Amino acid sequence: MSFEWIMIPYSLLTLFIVINYGLLLTALMQKIGARVGRRHGIPIWQNYIDLLKNYSIRSSITHGVMFYLGPVFRLTGGVGLLLFVPTIFGSEMFSNLSFAGDLILALYFIFFGSLGMALGAGESGHPHSAIGVSRGLSQVTTSELPFALAVFAVALQYQTLSVNDIVAAQQGGVMNWTLFTNPLAVAAAMLSFLGSMMRPPFDVVLAPQEIPIGPPTEYHSSYLALMQTNRVIFPIAKMVVYMNLFFGGAASWPVFFLKIFLIYFFSLFIGVVFPRFRVEQSVRWFLIWAMPLGIAAILVV
Amino acid sequence: MKDDFEKLLDQQPEKEPEPQERPALRDIPVREELVPRTVTAPDGQEIRIDPLQDYYCQAGPTVQTPAYTRIIEDLFNWARAESLWILGFGTGCGAIEMRPLMTPRFDAYRYGIQWRPTPRQANLLVISGYLSVKTLKRAIRSYEQMQNPKYVVGLGSCTINGGMYWDSYNTIKRLDDYLPVDLYITGCMPRPEALLQGFDDLKKLIRAGKAEGANKYAENFERYKTNQKRVIKDWDMPDYSW
Amino acid sequence: MQTLISQLQTRFQLSEFILQRDNLAFVTVTREQLRPLLLHLRDKEGFTHLVLLTAVDWIEDNIFQLTYLLGDRTAGCDIGVRLMLPRDVASMDSIHDLWPTAATYQRELREMFGIDFPESPRVDEDFILEGWTDLPPYRRDFDTLKYSQESYVDRLGRETKDPAAYMKLKLYPDEDNDG
Repeated sequence: MSFEWIMIPYSLLTLFIVINYGLLLTALMQKIGARVGRRHGIPIWQNYIDLLKNYSIRSSITHGVMFYLGPVFRLTGGVGLLLFVPTIFGSEMFSNLSFAGDLILALYFIFFGSLGMALGAGESGHPHSAIGVSRGLSQVTTSELPFALAVFAVALQYQTLSVNDIVAAQQGGVMNWTLFTNPLAVAAAMLSFLGSMMRPPFDVVLAPQEIPIGPPTEYHSSYLALMQTNRVIFPIAKMVVYMNLFFGGAASWPVFFLKIFLIYFFSLFIGVVFPRFRVEQSVRWFLIWAMPLGIAAILVV
Repeated sequence: MKDDFEKLLDQQPEKEPEPQERPALRDIPVREELVPRTVTAPDGQEIRIDPLQDYYCQAGPTVQTPAYTRIIEDLFNWARAESLWILGFGTGCGAIEMRPLMTPRFDAYRYGIQWRPTPRQANLLVISGYLSVKTLKRAIRSYEQMQNPKYVVGLGSCTINGGMYWDSYNTIKRLDDYLPVDLYITGCMPRPEALLQGFDDLKKLIRAGKAEGANKYAENFERYKTNQKRVIKDWDMPDYSW
Repeated sequence: MQTLISQLQTRFQLSEFILQRDNLAFVTVTREQLRPLLLHLRDKEGFTHLVLLTAVDWIEDNIFQLTYLLGDRTAGCDIGVRLMLPRDVASMDSIHDLWPTAATYQRELREMFGIDFPESPRVDEDFILEGWTDLPPYRRDFDTLKYSQESYVDRLGRETKDPAAYMKLKLYPDEDNDG
């Protein structure tokens, strides 16, 4: 594979678009959630202000090297995930660094941020962080299982590990999407998707209403701002993977925006309807309902 | 309302009447885990440990100057004003008037006001109502753990002059003796509308660059600590909680 | 209730009961009578609930009055057992083995009135007040206003009005307000 220098500014452009779209989309989703509760919710540009505010805090406190690296790892996970899968299918500009085995790498990157976060939060020494990390890791691990199974099912189905090839195989009409060619895998993956979006019913790890707010308890000012940045990149990056694997990818930015919005909206829709699960309930839920679907998907293929 | 208050502040004599120290009838035992002790290290060496000295950072707060040019500081102040994160710490009955702000009727989120569960991420401490000495201790620790541009709003009459607890043996009467207060909201209790109005005034203060409570606290650190230690008799924490 | 009272009186040689309501009566006992009476009420008569344990400071008579209020949840009636303690040696036997909740009440009484309950768990620890160095604040010889003025600085400009006179003045300003 030849390396073109022009890919770097192209990747940065992707990142820029995704950050802005993520900031607006996250606020929009919060607004929709607020409208369900008959509130107006935050202004649509609130995320920008919060970000700016956190970068402008004058003092900050460190708890050690890993405390620094935690948010960095997390951001690396988000950005890496975004850059190693093709954002826009068939576009020279926005295919980024995708290569033949990128599906495995994507799976790894999804988990990478959580691990870095666990180390960083652990060093902060706050008991609520430790509670949050153990809750978060157990929930993410179980919610990753159905997703991994679904990914393997898809890889088996198309006999490739390249996201690009999988998207290519789904072109030519809605009926070619994995959604219709392998509905079991998509169902398993979408259930797992709920678990990783940190929205109700699976947001006990991070919910500010919970007294232990979770891993970021000790994070503040610039650290928190870095994590907020990741909080807008990572879900989009993850949804890009979903879009590519199951919903036919996107050939242009408008299609991209629409599909991402709809995928995000799916988790929001579930979230405003159902109350929050405790960790042991959600772990059990994933193992009982999502796992068998994933196994069935592999068996069917 | 605000003018009255400023007039009232002007009435304060230059030299405040120093409260007399009442003789203590009993000594307060130091908490067991804070007693200085000698331990033997695995290699046989004897180590003297004074937990209050050795386990905590002893440095006091420093004044953090606005480090950028005027225009950037203005931008930052605007961002700080539009993104007030309140520490979810209800000290007294006034906390009950804060909850309606989250509900559809008042919906403070519209104004960039959010509640954070940890002092590290919050930049506004609302002392909601009367503050007993025991709660004051926790409020000080929470305040000190917040990061530099931070604001304190005193809510209700109790924080201003004691309110209906003016003769209580256990509640403080003037919050600004112990924490640098940026703004008081009067009332017993103030309605949620009054709170929104108060937050709006606070935003104006922040945008004007006048809400420098954290720096005021660092500058007058000695005075605040003297006042705090006068009422908190069992001071068993470091002078500044980082 | 009447039958219960007469039974108790013959069994324990108690003084006169004060019948406050049909389902509420008080009796004053001596220190030795207290424990057997409480045990009997709890185990035989169905007063299984310790509603509260509180104290009254009769400073003029130089005594503390302890009140053990017991409740019968099924019959819906209460009996208050009163006990007088000398104020200068305020010490009483603990009943935390009869009702574990009593330990908390006893901690509070120890802190707020200075009544000691030896052997009650954690009775010497701080309960609500932290680092209190003065007289126990619920004792009537403790002057809370004086303490407050000496410890916490007043803010000038505070004025107090008599509520009745002030409202009369505001609501009916035309009437004669001298009286």
